[in-house]
Amino acid sequence: MTSRSFASRQAVHAWLMLLPALALLAAFTYWPIAGSLWESLHTQAPGVAPMFSGADQFTALLDDPVFLQALRNNVWYALVTVPVSVVLALAMALWVNGRFAGRGLLRLAFFTPTILPMVAAANIWLFFYAPDIGLLNQLLGAIGIAGRNWLGDVGTVLPALMVITIWKEAGFFMIFYLAALQSISPEQRDAARIEAPSAWYRLRRVTLPLLAPTTLFVVVNALINAFKLVDHLFVLTRGGPNNASTLLLYYLYEVAFKFQDISYASALTLVLLALLALCSALQFWFSRKRVHYR
Amino acid sequence: MSFKSRGLALALGAVFSSMISFGAAAAPTQVTMYYPVSVGGPLTQVVDKLVGEFEQSNPDVKVNAIYAGNYDDARTKALAALKAGTPVQTSVLFSIDLFELKDLNVIRPFDDFATTPEDKAWLQGFYPGLMDNGRADGKTWGIPFQRSTIVMFYNKDAFRQAGLDPNKPPRTWAEMRDAAGKLVRQENGATARWGVMIPSTGYAYWMFGALAKQNGATLMNAAGSRTDFDAPKTVEALQYWSALSKDGLSPKGLIEWGTLRQNFVEGKTAMMWHSTGNLTAVLKDAKFDVGVAPLPGNPQGGSPTGGGNFYLFKSGSEAEQRAAYRLVRFLTAPERSAEWSVATGYMGVSPASYETPALKTYAAKVPQALVARDQLQVATAELSTHQAGRVRKVLEDSLQSAITGQQEPKAALAAAQAQADRILKPYQR
Repeated sequence: MTSRSFASRQAVHAWLMLLPALALLAAFTYWPIAGSLWESLHTQAPGVAPMFSGADQFTALLDDPVFLQALRNNVWYALVTVPVSVVLALAMALWVNGRFAGRGLLRLAFFTPTILPMVAAANIWLFFYAPDIGLLNQLLGAIGIAGRNWLGDVGTVLPALMVITIWKEAGFFMIFYLAALQSISPEQRDAARIEAPSAWYRLRRVTLPLLAPTTLFVVVNALINAFKLVDHLFVLTRGGPNNASTLLLYYLYEVAFKFQDISYASALTLVLLALLALCSALQFWFSRKRVHYR
Repeated sequence: MSFKSRGLALALGAVFSSMISFGAAAAPTQVTMYYPVSVGGPLTQVVDKLVGEFEQSNPDVKVNAIYAGNYDDARTKALAALKAGTPVQTSVLFSIDLFELKDLNVIRPFDDFATTPEDKAWLQGFYPGLMDNGRADGKTWGIPFQRSTIVMFYNKDAFRQAGLDPNKPPRTWAEMRDAAGKLVRQENGATARWGVMIPSTGYAYWMFGALAKQNGATLMNAAGSRTDFDAPKTVEALQYWSALSKDGLSPKGLIEWGTLRQNFVEGKTAMMWHSTGNLTAVLKDAKFDVGVAPLPGNPQGGSPTGGGNFYLFKSGSEAEQRAAYRLVRFLTAPERSAEWSVATGYMGVSPASYETPALKTYAAKVPQALVARDQLQVATAELSTHQAGRVRKVLEDSLQSAITGQQEPKAALAAAQAQADRILKPYQR
């Protein structure tokens, strides 16, 4: 057996092993992306003959105030929910990593929001935020603060939704931080304790760098979720009032399934996809120098 | 992708129809139907029972009745099934989906099957108000099934407290503002009870259709190709609506469709406008004396109809479609319509259904159930156009911007009209 035929046999093996994954990726990821691209270059509406329309759908996007508002909302949404939920997750993990009575219970409490399905949780929050009958306003009323119409007001609706997302996500990310904290070796910890007496210094110089790969993973996920998680909009606001809480994916759903406009929805899909790809690429590029895997 | 499945469907269809022509008696004809449920209660059981009765009296037909979520879900699923070539012969979908379904070329008129005098009489048997959203181009495409109007629920105990006659609900816009002003109750500087609430999320365009009709305006033409959002009468309607919260009769900001019923049964508002489909649930939950009244007018009352119609799809064999037609006839017959109405609060769809013993007994016990029917005399079609979803959203956005105070009613509606014009241009031939 020559070495060349051995190599080619190995290559065949490798391809065969990759085949199931490749087939799934092709069928459910690459083919739909290609299909979206094809659809986005055409115009077809109910009752109108389909035709090739070049970049029309994309120029229409730039002219669409709802799309621009959704984009703006989504950027704010990501800018607030990602850092807050990641910092909160880290704080909670550091807290429940210590030894104290009731630790298990506290961990469970932090993790519970993650287990609840988003639509069920949103139904709870709907009544929590409701003016007049809502728990939040009743609590505020008890201490003499007049509550607001949280979801029915242009100024408060987006922050109110951000709170829900942070509440839902922080516990989930905490689990990753907790696992990472537990895998830090006691020797390293002890050495740090001898070298640096200040807990703040140890956190900054030892713990955080060791957690960097976890932070990267968590931030990437949080960012993707900021664009991906819209289940609560269906229950809480349907994007209102007057699009003040519309997010990109929700708008995409409306265009595709309420308006039945596949071409425009495909263009939106590609924009969303490009945005997410860009975010991930930037993050990996920035973190290459700063994150060290052991 | 869809070519392939379409080809496969064609091939299967050919095999299927040849099977049928050889042995119609051998296998029962299959009919698939999707239906939505958008109000509370165990309604799927009621549908299953009605379908079971049909199968018993029609042993040659087997019906697959599939619950498909809310109206939007049901439409999405039915259209997806059609695209994939899976036969769906009939479905209950939003009555206002008519123009879109027609534009997609997936439905066929009931006139194709209603050929005998008896069939034609059946087509004429429904309330004309419920047929407005089902007819186009001189043909009937939608048969009313789960239909509603908006009614005004009011708290009779609150009326008594405020010194109002609980048996004289407001009949006009001016009277409603008057009554609402008296019904607002302040406690420790906060409002403990509001005068009136009209929901402004979910189905704001529907509520607005009522206000416009009461002011003598309609939102669109019968062909569904033109809207009239910025007519002076329509602007007045939005001014009246948005003033309710400005003047402290309704809470500020939007009023959520989903929690409004709870607000009402907890006594946080003395009056609410809501679908009659809620009647059974409100009567069950409220601990006070509930009144139901037709909506007030300016001066003439009115409400759009709402809810779901049966459609026939161009799908499956001719024999299957005929079986689907028989199913629709069966389910909308007076007795079944009465049974459905008692179980849900939806209206009986024909005058004959209110003559059945079931509905007569029920109406004697719960006279509130008759308000929706009586209101049909002044009912109008629900907003239904080509590209209906998009046009609805344009209108809803402008309504919400006026109600939350972002824009003046006139400017908001003018902007909505401009956008609707652009959307509908290809259909204004």
